[in-house]
Amino acid sequence: MKRSSWAIPYSIFLMLFVVLPLVLVAVYAFSDGHGGVTISNLTTFFTDPKIIGSFLVSLEVALENTLICILIGYPVAYILADKKYNKSATTAMLFIAPMAINALMRTMATAEIFNMAGIPLGKGTLIFGMVYDYLPFMIFPIYNVLDKMDKSYVEAAQDLGASPMTAFRKVTLPLSLPGVLSGAMMVFMPTVSTFAVSEILTNNRIMLFGSVINEQFNNLMWNQGAALSFVMLIIIGITMFVGNDSKEEDAGGLVL
Amino acid sequence: MMKKIFARAYLAFVLFLLYAPIMFIAVFSFTKAKSLGNWTGFTTDLYKSLFSGASAESQNILSALGTTLLIALVASVIATFLGTLAAIGIYYMRGKKKAALQFLNNIPMLNPDIITGVSLFLLFVFLHISQGLVTVILAHVTFCTPYVVLNVMPKLTQMNPNIYEAALDLGATPRQALSKVLVPQLLPGMFSGFVLSFVMSLDDFAVTFFTRGSGGLETLSTFIYADARKGGLTPELKPLMTIIFLVILIVLIIMNIRSSNKNKHL
Repeated sequence: MKRSSWAIPYSIFLMLFVVLPLVLVAVYAFSDGHGGVTISNLTTFFTDPKIIGSFLVSLEVALENTLICILIGYPVAYILADKKYNKSATTAMLFIAPMAINALMRTMATAEIFNMAGIPLGKGTLIFGMVYDYLPFMIFPIYNVLDKMDKSYVEAAQDLGASPMTAFRKVTLPLSLPGVLSGAMMVFMPTVSTFAVSEILTNNRIMLFGSVINEQFNNLMWNQGAALSFVMLIIIGITMFVGNDSKEEDAGGLVL
Repeated sequence: MMKKIFARAYLAFVLFLLYAPIMFIAVFSFTKAKSLGNWTGFTTDLYKSLFSGASAESQNILSALGTTLLIALVASVIATFLGTLAAIGIYYMRGKKKAALQFLNNIPMLNPDIITGVSLFLLFVFLHISQGLVTVILAHVTFCTPYVVLNVMPKLTQMNPNIYEAALDLGATPRQALSKVLVPQLLPGMFSGFVLSFVMSLDDFAVTFFTRGSGGLETLSTFIYADARKGGLTPELKPLMTIIFLVILIVLIIMNIRSSNKNKHL
């Protein structure tokens, strides 16, 4: 028996549980529920003000969340990866550990603190909670890239007369961009598609796209729900395609 | 020196932000008041009431905890087995087939939870499979296995490919060569993959939510979600969150110290 055939069970599994379900999303998206083909499920995405509105809000929240995570997370990753400031891998681990704790638990805890402090739940608390939830996902890939980076490049730049600032701007920053990119991917799409987290953090005042999809399925409008999922799949496909060039080597894959 | 103090202070500040909410929960798990921030004296009553299962709520929490652990354990064992076999197979594959399989393996990791959940929901509806514990476990295997493949793969590329052949040449059956030569080499990767799968399964909400059916299956995540919709945190969840937080933190720190010690010896 050839050893390459050991992948056959998993190949079948992938076909059945990954490929077929995604095909079904497309099938349901283009079906009217009575065996006919239609594109009306997809057009409601653009015509229903509630849906397109929530989609735009989701993009905005996701963008803000991603930017804030980069602003706070990059310096953290940079300091952690710099042997001058931090020699212990355990300190780095402490920043990543919250990833392993149930997101709903953390969200619930955050919401409870806002309630306790008398801060009304809304967009501000949503962004704060999202940053709190997703920051570790940004720190981790950037730290990974910076930690593995050959430090002699920066030293060489400085020996050749670059100021620390220039060396950072021209050497460290470009080399760390793949990490920032995979961090952004780990933060952006999940933020758009989250549903429970935003409901808890805004007391149902703001519905992100994930909540809309969930609502469709809750109301047994499977075809409409599938159509919205299909839109998300297309967007993911596009971001993959665009991000593919710089993602050649896997910078942020969760390999322990 | 100034820079160093500033850097350390920044790390401490962000760390404080990250841990503040869970610390609040931990502190207020030792008092009786239902609303957070209302300190009515130190007591371990909530811990007692959680583990005695005295109230209906603590019984529900304990049963949700049991279901969560059962799903995580079964799903990560299956994922580790399936993923390790797949990694070995992919390693010996060549060309387009290999690239295709690696691409497919990436899809569940790139898909947002809700897409994985919705698409599997449609699959089970399409195949007329009634949803419950089994479908949730299958769904968890789907999003866990890619991480096992990804963690086992580097161990295969680091391995000397000739030692497996050597074992065969020296008279080992393929089975013996697998269990005595290959698996010990892959074990660290399998272990990381298993731990990662377990943690991700514990953490999951959306996929479980869509594949659990209407039979009343509750995991911790779905329980907390239902709790939040009702508008409050069941008091007994506070001690449970504290314990889970401590256990995960300790496990991660131990794993981390072990792996950094190993790196030092190299």
